[in-house]
Amino acid sequence: MRLPTPRGPLGHALHALLARAPETDTSPTAPDTLRDALRGADEEDRALSLWVLHELHYRGFDAVDDRWEWHPALAGVRHDLERELEERVRTRFAQAWTGDLPAPADLAETLFTMAETHEGPSLARHVERRATPEQVDDLLRQRSLYHLKEADPTSWVVPRLAAAPKAALVQVQYDEYGAGRADAVHQELFRAGMSEVGLDASYGAFVDEAVLSTLEQNNVLSLFGLHRRLRGAAVGHFAAFEATSSLPSRRLAAGLRRLGYADAMAAYYDEHVEADAVHEQLAAREVCGALVAAEPDLVEDVVMGAWACLDLETRSALALLERWEVAA
Amino acid sequence: MSATPPRRLRACPGGPLLVDGDVELTDEDGTVHRSTRPVTAVCRCGASARAPWCDGSHKLLAARRV
Repeated sequence: MRLPTPRGPLGHALHALLARAPETDTSPTAPDTLRDALRGADEEDRALSLWVLHELHYRGFDAVDDRWEWHPALAGVRHDLERELEERVRTRFAQAWTGDLPAPADLAETLFTMAETHEGPSLARHVERRATPEQVDDLLRQRSLYHLKEADPTSWVVPRLAAAPKAALVQVQYDEYGAGRADAVHQELFRAGMSEVGLDASYGAFVDEAVLSTLEQNNVLSLFGLHRRLRGAAVGHFAAFEATSSLPSRRLAAGLRRLGYADAMAAYYDEHVEADAVHEQLAAREVCGALVAAEPDLVEDVVMGAWACLDLETRSALALLERWEVAA
Repeated sequence: MSATPPRRLRACPGGPLLVDGDVELTDEDGTVHRSTRPVTAVCRCGASARAPWCDGSHKLLAARRV
């Protein structure tokens, strides 16, 4: 994958650094150019820069030295960008969440209720009934940022869990990763679907088109996944994601067929109707439930992570509907 | 030699029956359905559009009852 087009001074300074070999920069702190650029960066510039920093942990970039992944000159900037993102998400949650937190034994039902009652426009319903092919293509391009690395951010969490939630999470991940068959890996199903409908299926191909809410969705997933401290939020997000997938996937598949899209793309969503009807149960009950049974102090973070997932999906839906000039 | 552990089935409150491992299910019409997922969710509410497997439709039934 090539580095995306910078969206401001921070992106320019970061990419200039990444173009060099890391041994030419032995400083343990970020160079002044990066520090200065961070102060002047707007939200989009910051979001894309954090996405680039996170991608060093996934697949990396063409012409960027892999040693940058853990280089101390980048760690400080990443830390600042992540702290700011986490604070923003926690503030939104604190403002929106007025109820009590559930007891650990009631957490799974709370997660299902949150997923079912969260208010916001449904992109899936729009795709099912009225979306144009241009809008559906736009949605697939935005979603490709995540779907081409589907399940990967959650895999970071595995070694941070005790036996019961770990066994349940890996059962879901095994299914996400095709249960031993490369052609059934969900990322592969999406890639095949994109190719069939004539869209560029290469990893990260559409990052330059990603709107702020798409970048934020991906950054939050990586933030939660990459920090052991945030394991509760990571599995909460995972549970909410799975619990809002089955029924919308059915609508998305129906919309794709209504518009005559190649069957491979609809088949990707078909697969998620059945798969996620299983995953949502395992995620809420056996991953989140087992985690908080052992670590009751994590209830708040699990609920926060779930809420963040639902809230970011709503923000994403609103942003895309506005872009398409469709009333929410 | 240790015995093979029994096949695990779990009933989810208000939701499907989870079954570990490959499943072959013959429905009332005699149609045979197979699932090779690591875990399969069998519909218990009767509303699934992908019967005999769960598709999350029980949540719509629950919403209607409220």
